[in-house]
Amino acid sequence: MSINKVNNGLKIFSIIVGINLVLILSYSFSHSNEPVQEEKEEMVRHEENTNCFKCHGENKYTMYNADSSSTITKLMPRELFIDTLEFYDGTHKTFKCSDCHSDEYNSVPHNPELRFDPMPGCIDCHGGDPEYEEYKFEQIDEQFQNSVHSKAHTDNFACWDCHDAHSYKSTARADNGIKDMVAYNNAMCLKCHANTINYMLLSDEENPDLIAKHEWLPNQTQHFKKVRCIECHTSVSDSVLVAHEVMPKDKAIKGCTECHSKNTRLNHTLYKFKAAERRDKNGFFNGAILEESFVIGANRNIYLNYGSIAIFILVLGGILIHAILRIIIKKKKNHVG
Amino acid sequence: MSAKLYLYPGWLRLWHFSNAILCLILIVTGLSMQYTTQGDSMISFQLAVSLHNICGVIFVFNYVIYFIGNMVTTNGKFYWRNWGGFFKQAITQSRYYLYGNFKGESCPFQVNEEVKFNPLQKIAYVAIMYVMVPLVMLSGIAMLYPDIIIPELNGISGMFLTDLAHIISGFVISIFLLIHIYFCTFGTSATSNFKSIVSGYHD
Repeated sequence: MSINKVNNGLKIFSIIVGINLVLILSYSFSHSNEPVQEEKEEMVRHEENTNCFKCHGENKYTMYNADSSSTITKLMPRELFIDTLEFYDGTHKTFKCSDCHSDEYNSVPHNPELRFDPMPGCIDCHGGDPEYEEYKFEQIDEQFQNSVHSKAHTDNFACWDCHDAHSYKSTARADNGIKDMVAYNNAMCLKCHANTINYMLLSDEENPDLIAKHEWLPNQTQHFKKVRCIECHTSVSDSVLVAHEVMPKDKAIKGCTECHSKNTRLNHTLYKFKAAERRDKNGFFNGAILEESFVIGANRNIYLNYGSIAIFILVLGGILIHAILRIIIKKKKNHVG
Repeated sequence: MSAKLYLYPGWLRLWHFSNAILCLILIVTGLSMQYTTQGDSMISFQLAVSLHNICGVIFVFNYVIYFIGNMVTTNGKFYWRNWGGFFKQAITQSRYYLYGNFKGESCPFQVNEEVKFNPLQKIAYVAIMYVMVPLVMLSGIAMLYPDIIIPELNGISGMFLTDLAHIISGFVISIFLLIHIYFCTFGTSATSNFKSIVSGYHD
């Protein structure tokens, strides 16, 4: 009898294991097709730019001199190297190199004169295009023209000095989380402001030590990880999603309560997109911030506020009533006595 | 005239006094930070943060003194001994506060060398000093060094949970402070207990 029971149990167990195996295998099979399709698409894109990436996608390149029948191998300078993985993950992944660069680059070695060709900026392609109206490129351009970057540097300073055309991707509207957006955005600033050589290319002044300059900021590491440089260094803009008017350093925000208060600036900067999507959440002011962080002063819960005030009033009221009764009774007793 | 009991040794009085001052500063600066407004704050956010951090650290050291003091002196016994029949005793004490006191009855639990706290005081002090204060300190230390906080727990920000624990425990301690001060008026006179914590002698 007990052996039969064991056998039945084993049968049921085998059936359950079998069903699970089928489900796991079918899931794996259905998902194993996806990378193949993606790979195929990537291959198509690869082929269009293969010639360029043969050199610019590698850390080194080889040149052949037909006259002397000799070859030389050189390191690809970092500023001319294109990370192909980042390129095909970027916003402009469907572009051919020649969409932005001259066809004359097809001849090798490249003509040095080509370096003087003006490069198209964002506005050159996206300006006036109704398809990109929501991005408000015209207003971004206007803000950039008013920014300290545009005013303090030469005319050569353009969009691509911050946004790498080859790897650029929009993070402000993506659902990757604030942490990734902060890291991606701050890396743009640090490319020059934390790199002496890159900074030197744009300015003759000494590159300020960012850590020392921000010594006044409590919990500096947390601030650097949780918010973008532009939260304090740009003027708040309601017209565009990401403010581009970088202010001179003496106008940077230094007041804690700009962010640490109910009317937090972060709702108009870092959390603008999320805040617009989701207003107050579960009674929390500035609820969008709660999904990623907690900002003292900005995140308050209306229910906790009312609850704590109610408890405080009840306790204080109870104490007062008790105290008054004690005094009255004591006086009565003294009077009688 | 009853003999005076020496119940509050010097170290305990010094700890109690500094703890009271620190608690008040921490409550005021904590509220100031939590309900800060742009421009017209009573205390500037930066000052509130600095004061809260400094006082918080001193508060922790002060607690260590209290904790060790309770372990190495006889003061600790008042918290942990004589818990037998607690619920019945707590009801008796509650009845006194709510009824007997108004009828002129004397307190059912008189202070002596072995019993410093009545049952309600004992449960309140243990809950505050051994649960709420450690909670407010640990969450405070975590927020002073936010890198040690786990980023998220079940999809909720670790910082948020830590802050919530800090605010709630801080609020409970603030409410305790009000009740504590009021119940200190239940002595031989309304001010006798306050005098005791200064002189060390219980009336």
